[in-house]
Amino acid sequence: MENLMAALKAQIVEQLNLQEVKPEDIGDDQPLFKDGLGLDSIDALEIIVLLQQQYGIKIANPEQGPEIFHSVRTIAAFITAHQNK
Amino acid sequence: MYNDEAYITGSCVIRNNRVYRNGTLLWEAPQEQELPEFLRAGYDHFAGQYPKFHKMDSLSKLGWLATEVLLKDQPLDYPAERIGLVLANKSASLDTDLRYFDTVKDIASPALFVYTLPNIVMGEISIRHGFKGENAFFTSDAFDAAFMTGYITQLFAEGAMNACICGWVEVMGPVYDVFLYRVEQQGNGEIFNTHNLQRAINIKSL
Repeated sequence: MENLMAALKAQIVEQLNLQEVKPEDIGDDQPLFKDGLGLDSIDALEIIVLLQQQYGIKIANPEQGPEIFHSVRTIAAFITAHQNK
Repeated sequence: MYNDEAYITGSCVIRNNRVYRNGTLLWEAPQEQELPEFLRAGYDHFAGQYPKFHKMDSLSKLGWLATEVLLKDQPLDYPAERIGLVLANKSASLDTDLRYFDTVKDIASPALFVYTLPNIVMGEISIRHGFKGENAFFTSDAFDAAFMTGYITQLFAEGAMNACICGWVEVMGPVYDVFLYRVEQQGNGEIFNTHNLQRAINIKSL
């Protein structure tokens, strides 16, 4: 889980072009949107692309988005759950 | 009856990896520096503290940076609804359109898609400076000073705005050219007319 979260942080910084953010600056439980890291709806779409490209995972139910994308930890948990299926 | 008289109160030219304000060279980067690196260096030099800049396409970065230089230490002091934007270029958003098309072959990039319209640059400028006035983006083979002067003068005559940023923001691949003007109904500067606006083109000799 720790390794996956570290990889995710680096991939998010790369995919979302967060040039002024270092992966290690992102907290495991830090909210990614609004007052947290400040990501927006386009960033959410880019994370969906990231999950598809890097992990082969598609989000079947868009209503799960806010729950899945809350933090790096929740995304990692989602990936782990789906890779184990 | 509204007054259509206005003045050019400032200019910014970004060309050949150089940035000019009011005809004076403010900053330059090495000539061999490619556009993405030049834009990043220009951002670091003139702005910073605006991470969304890095997500913009080249067209938006150029327009955003030129406006930043134009308004630095001298913001337009009018109600947001009274400040307009009138821009033009040759290639519209084709530079980004082609980059986006390349991604469609795999998984289409949402981040590129949102920049596949030329007027997005005006949205980025408006978000940064809070402008809420009239805006228009025109596409033509070359800068048409007479058309732009006529359009803006009409907006002033109709009382639609009190000030605007206008000019040319062009980019296609590595080739770019930007000249923006601030035009106000009040202030010190040259009279806003076709002759004075046309002089923007002559800055190419700088």
